[in-house]
Amino acid sequence: MPKYAMVIDQRRCVACMACVVACKNENEVPPDQYRTRVLEMVEGEFPLLRMELRSELCNHCDNPPCVYNCPTGASYKRKEDGIVLLRKNRCVGCKACVAACPYSARYINHEKGFADKCTFCDHRLKEGKEPACVATCIGKSRIFGDMDDPRSPVRVALQGSDATVLLEGAGTKPRVYYIKKFSKPE
Amino acid sequence: MKLSRRTFLKTSGIATAGIAAATVGPEKFLLWAEEAGLIQATYVPTYCEICFWKCGAIAKVLNGRVVKLEGNPVHGNSRGKLCARGNGGIGLLYDKDRLKSPLINVGKRGEGKYRKASWDEALGVVAEKMKGIKEKYGPEAMAIFTHGTPTDHFLPLLSAYGTPNVGMPSFAQCRGPRDVGYELTFGEGPGSPERVDLVNSKVMVLIGSHLGENMHNSQVQDFAEAIGRGSKLVVVDPRYSIAAGKAQQWLPIRPATDVALLLAWINIIITEGLYDKAYLDQYAEGFAELAQEVSHCTPEWAAKETDLPAAQIVETARMMGHNAPAVTIHPGRHATWYGDDVQRSRAMAILTALLGSWGRPGGMFFATKASLPKGESKPFPEPAKAPLNGGGYPFAGSEGVTQAIRTATITGAPYPIKGWFVSGTNLMKSLPNQQETLDAIAKLDLLVVVDVMPMDLTMMADVILPECSYLERHDALAIGKGKSLSVSLRQPVVKPLHDSQPGWWIAKELAKKLDLGEYFPWNNYEDKIKAQCKTAGVSYDDLKKLGCLTIPNTSTPYITPENPPTFKTASGKIVLYSKELKEKGFDPVPVYVRHPLPPEGFFRLTYGRSAVHTFSRTTNNPALNELYKENEVWINAKKAQALGFSSGDYAVLVNQDGARSNRIRVKATQRIRDDMVYMVHGWGSNPKELSRSGRKGADDQGLITKYAVDPIAGSTGMRVNFVKLQKEA
Repeated sequence: MPKYAMVIDQRRCVACMACVVACKNENEVPPDQYRTRVLEMVEGEFPLLRMELRSELCNHCDNPPCVYNCPTGASYKRKEDGIVLLRKNRCVGCKACVAACPYSARYINHEKGFADKCTFCDHRLKEGKEPACVATCIGKSRIFGDMDDPRSPVRVALQGSDATVLLEGAGTKPRVYYIKKFSKPE
Repeated sequence: MKLSRRTFLKTSGIATAGIAAATVGPEKFLLWAEEAGLIQATYVPTYCEICFWKCGAIAKVLNGRVVKLEGNPVHGNSRGKLCARGNGGIGLLYDKDRLKSPLINVGKRGEGKYRKASWDEALGVVAEKMKGIKEKYGPEAMAIFTHGTPTDHFLPLLSAYGTPNVGMPSFAQCRGPRDVGYELTFGEGPGSPERVDLVNSKVMVLIGSHLGENMHNSQVQDFAEAIGRGSKLVVVDPRYSIAAGKAQQWLPIRPATDVALLLAWINIIITEGLYDKAYLDQYAEGFAELAQEVSHCTPEWAAKETDLPAAQIVETARMMGHNAPAVTIHPGRHATWYGDDVQRSRAMAILTALLGSWGRPGGMFFATKASLPKGESKPFPEPAKAPLNGGGYPFAGSEGVTQAIRTATITGAPYPIKGWFVSGTNLMKSLPNQQETLDAIAKLDLLVVVDVMPMDLTMMADVILPECSYLERHDALAIGKGKSLSVSLRQPVVKPLHDSQPGWWIAKELAKKLDLGEYFPWNNYEDKIKAQCKTAGVSYDDLKKLGCLTIPNTSTPYITPENPPTFKTASGKIVLYSKELKEKGFDPVPVYVRHPLPPEGFFRLTYGRSAVHTFSRTTNNPALNELYKENEVWINAKKAQALGFSSGDYAVLVNQDGARSNRIRVKATQRIRDDMVYMVHGWGSNPKELSRSGRKGADDQGLITKYAVDPIAGSTGMRVNFVKLQKEA
């Protein structure tokens, strides 16, 4: 039973948006909606600045508020691998999950009417491929693998790093880890 | 589209009845049909043309529709990955605004009134006019402006017709002065892709290059790899670019003073003995003269010119010196800045030489020496008149000085230019001073444009010939000369949509009508490629299947005892002090020249790129437009506040000559110096046919009325205009 997770090595991200376009094509995400995004944040005052580039997507939480708040049982966390998924035929588009997710990772697909989100490209995993965003990541900033396998790329990447998760205090136990190291103001 | 129960049932009915019949709006269900096992994907390799890096791509096709593009893992420029633009190639293929049939102008030129025509008629009109020009003025009166793979079809056509007048903006509006600067120093240019050995570098130096935003696939992969591995990064850029955000040393230099910084670095490296003496003794000439010429360029002097701390100039010079030769001084790419661009590139080349980085791991590597044998082709006629695309500049390259052709078109001297054949370049956006371009066009008897999209220049043409997109056509084999020799195939992934045609077909059919058919002696382009493969000893079948073949044992990237360097300079050595330049009346060692600074109330206009666009050509692509819908003008937050602008407001830019821009959104930011503004190039396109990007954002080129011509190469420095911000009227 794999325990899928993603590591975002922010140092290697160049905000090129390849992940975003690949994801949209791979998953037929409607215009102006996104399953993943890259934020470009800068703080400081010229010329003492620092930059953070952060890819965001569904965190596939081990304690997923979207699942708990889904009134129809459409949202679920798959037992085998921990991916948070949606049974489309059970979704009524009520937006409870959209409101519950502290990461703004969900949206109502405006073409199809149901709640939609990152699946870690579940359909590609079945074919032995990486998620589309990982496969095309120019900087190898997005790293994917099985947390239970000590040789998997995610475990290797996390080794010796002080990775963090987003909104740790929310208690959601995310499965997307961030390695960040800012360039320091001089 | 909302999915109702009824449409769902209807569509799934079609699907089970045989998805091959599904053509009405079913693309939304292709992935579903695939998952349900109703249809199977095919995968076709080709190479990309959304920019010019020529990355190997693999198209996933479902039921005749391209649903995904991925990087080809065996292709060295993509290594299994595509950038946002490459991923977004599907957006071009299915853009509803594409040119869909040949068009003939029925109004005044530039009015945009067209009628549809058959290919036979459109090509007939072009051929007749071209014959008329040849008869009346001679074949030299036709000029070709071209860029990218269409060149492989239309340059032979125009050469067969008999004109030597070719202009590629890639020279005089882009890489030209850089290549000349490196050729004068090392006897060869840095190549494209640039032969930067970033993965093995200890220090990377970017001078005005915003790698990352300038999304050149494999090079950015190497860049990220180097950063991940702990290579140090020095970024010289007046704007806090993405790359600057990754740098240990960011040098927010005063624009137009880069040469001062470079000369100070050179001087520090010489005076502190940080240069590679053994390397220079063996391979270079003119060291003593160089040392003499730069001896006055102290860090304190440079600090005053560049507005950088002297200590930082010294520290960065030492960083390079101590890590040499594993230091990549990135040669940059778009180098046409201030008109002394050959000399600035020379300074960068000299710095590279001092560090011993040329031909060394972590510096610049050598291209493969191998090449593929070429087949014979019918020689082109010798033009009776001398080409005028050199413009009289002593080091103008073979790609031609575009604006020299433009000037000749306006003046009719030394001889008239009466026809322009344009493919793969939107001259309104690539050439500075649009009025001159318009004046030249007004003198023409024929303006014919081959394009996929209705771009600015395209919609001024007398005849528009719609080329199909790169996903629908064969093109010339791409011969890659990086570390190893490689060959890549472009092949159609789907059949041409609409009434568009591949470039090769257009060239061949037009050749027939011009009685030049013997220059295109093959039936179709695939036959030509097959024959070429046979001559070259490359398996076409393997190529068709894999998309790219790398020829083994063709790599000799570094200087070794078995692989001594050759420098194709007059002396066979690296030229630090150039007698050649001196003889022609130029400085033998780069000299810092002060450029005018913006007057009170004005900002220097600079421009660059977005990672999700390639100039104007992708602005309307739905997949990419979505991510960046219009450009913004970056201005220092304090200045913006003083002028009463907040981020998101619209402003109009007015330059020193009174040229006004479209309205453009303000980005008030700490990320830029207060003496300049910045915008992404390629916006503010005029044609209303571009439903997404037409008239969105501001056109930097419209504000570049002034340009500084480099006397050595003829290239046009385009960062010499000053603008002020005004409220939208």
